[in-house]
Amino acid sequence: MKISADTATCIGAGQCALVAGDLFDQDDDGIVVLLGDEPAESQYVIARRAASLCPARAITITESA
Amino acid sequence: MNKTSGAGVVIVGASLAGLTTAEGLRSEGYAGPLTLVGEEDRMPYNRPPLSKQVLAGTWGIDQTTMSEADQLERLGVQHLRAHRATAVDVAARTVTVGGVAEPFEHLVAATGVTARRLLNSHGVRGIHSLRTADDALALQQDLGDAGQVAVQVAVVGAGVLGCEIASAVRSAGHHVTLIGRSAKARFGQTGGHLSAMIAELLRENGVRMRVGVDVDEIESRDADGHKTVSALRLSDGSVVPADVVVVAIGCSPAVDWLAGTGIDISDGVLCDANGVAAPNIYAVGDVARWLDPVTGEARRVEHQATAIEQAHAVARLIVTGERTAPIVPLFWSELFGNRILVHGRLDPNLPLTVLAGDPAERRFVAATILRGQPTGLVGWNMPREFRQERARLVQHVVQQPVEATEAVKGSEIVKEGMVA
Repeated sequence: MKISADTATCIGAGQCALVAGDLFDQDDDGIVVLLGDEPAESQYVIARRAASLCPARAITITESA
Repeated sequence: MNKTSGAGVVIVGASLAGLTTAEGLRSEGYAGPLTLVGEEDRMPYNRPPLSKQVLAGTWGIDQTTMSEADQLERLGVQHLRAHRATAVDVAARTVTVGGVAEPFEHLVAATGVTARRLLNSHGVRGIHSLRTADDALALQQDLGDAGQVAVQVAVVGAGVLGCEIASAVRSAGHHVTLIGRSAKARFGQTGGHLSAMIAELLRENGVRMRVGVDVDEIESRDADGHKTVSALRLSDGSVVPADVVVVAIGCSPAVDWLAGTGIDISDGVLCDANGVAAPNIYAVGDVARWLDPVTGEARRVEHQATAIEQAHAVARLIVTGERTAPIVPLFWSELFGNRILVHGRLDPNLPLTVLAGDPAERRFVAATILRGQPTGLVGWNMPREFRQERARLVQHVVQQPVEATEAVKGSEIVKEGMVA
């Protein structure tokens, strides 16, 4: 799995960092900071949840084939 | 309309709530037919940027697109653009789309709301709402038609949307008057606590505020044979000159298509705490009025984060029968570069307690606190601290769905009102 986050569309709601604090943080303006783009398998579910809750749809999950 | 292959899930409304429900159903493992019915002739797009980036001119309208045609195709969603549902037969489980009664196994209402209009504004040019992409384009055109010249803009309605529009239009260099019926700027679920700060911010940035007044009359002039707005006459007798008027006086739920079903549609679609309006019929997003199990009240929440969580909750319910923990509202706004986040509801009867930062510096987190527990939380330019405070409040929400101890039995509220 690969995670990418679009800082241009991020609106800083912080939903991702709230549900998946090991994968996402926020800068001083609230904009998403990706802590790692290749999560461990144990983090797949929470990564998907973070992406699905983003109101700006700024997080993209690419599942490995 | 193309034939769907058998009765599957039909979602009426192709905006955020409807699209997220479709995505949620697939990620929960639903493999049956899935139809997304959208009134607008566009791919699903995101609305909040319309009153922010699009209006400020930093985004093109295409940047609001949430899902392209090939993405929906991969998801196995039949997307019916420019289609409208007009009736539902609850007993027969059919929904009429484009004049054809289509069978459904599950029906999700995600039709949202439509902007209320000013009385007597029909046929007068220069008067806008801001709800759809077409609205945003029309407004942009009127603002741009003046040829990079600053125009007089009157924004009617001093709620969140009105304040955002005033901020974006003012930032683009136009002259803005914000007109509000209430004596204070109403700002979402903040119980009046932020009114003074927001009014100060708007004034400081050159927005003229006219509050505690109604619009009595629209004055117009003739421009190329078209009646075009020239000014607004207010209830105190004063006149506000206006080349462009933007109306943000609230919305009405789009529920006409559910009339006669027995479902309570007096203010949106009344649902139980899980989004069930009637057996196999659900509602999500702005149109949905879910029962809040904590307060015992049913209310609509016109916020994106709620629409997303409701959509996932209903998708999970349809596929697994599992219920989700109550959803706490979250909304955000941006005014002249200030990022404001609100979680829950600030209680108007409680004082605002500052938890971090300093309101005088426009950088703080504050809460209304009842018996030691925050009922609502606001973060103003302090997003990380806001999130940390929020995390304390939502442990039960953040964790995965509550255990389903019983299958969903439909709603008692709804059963009472149902036509058998």
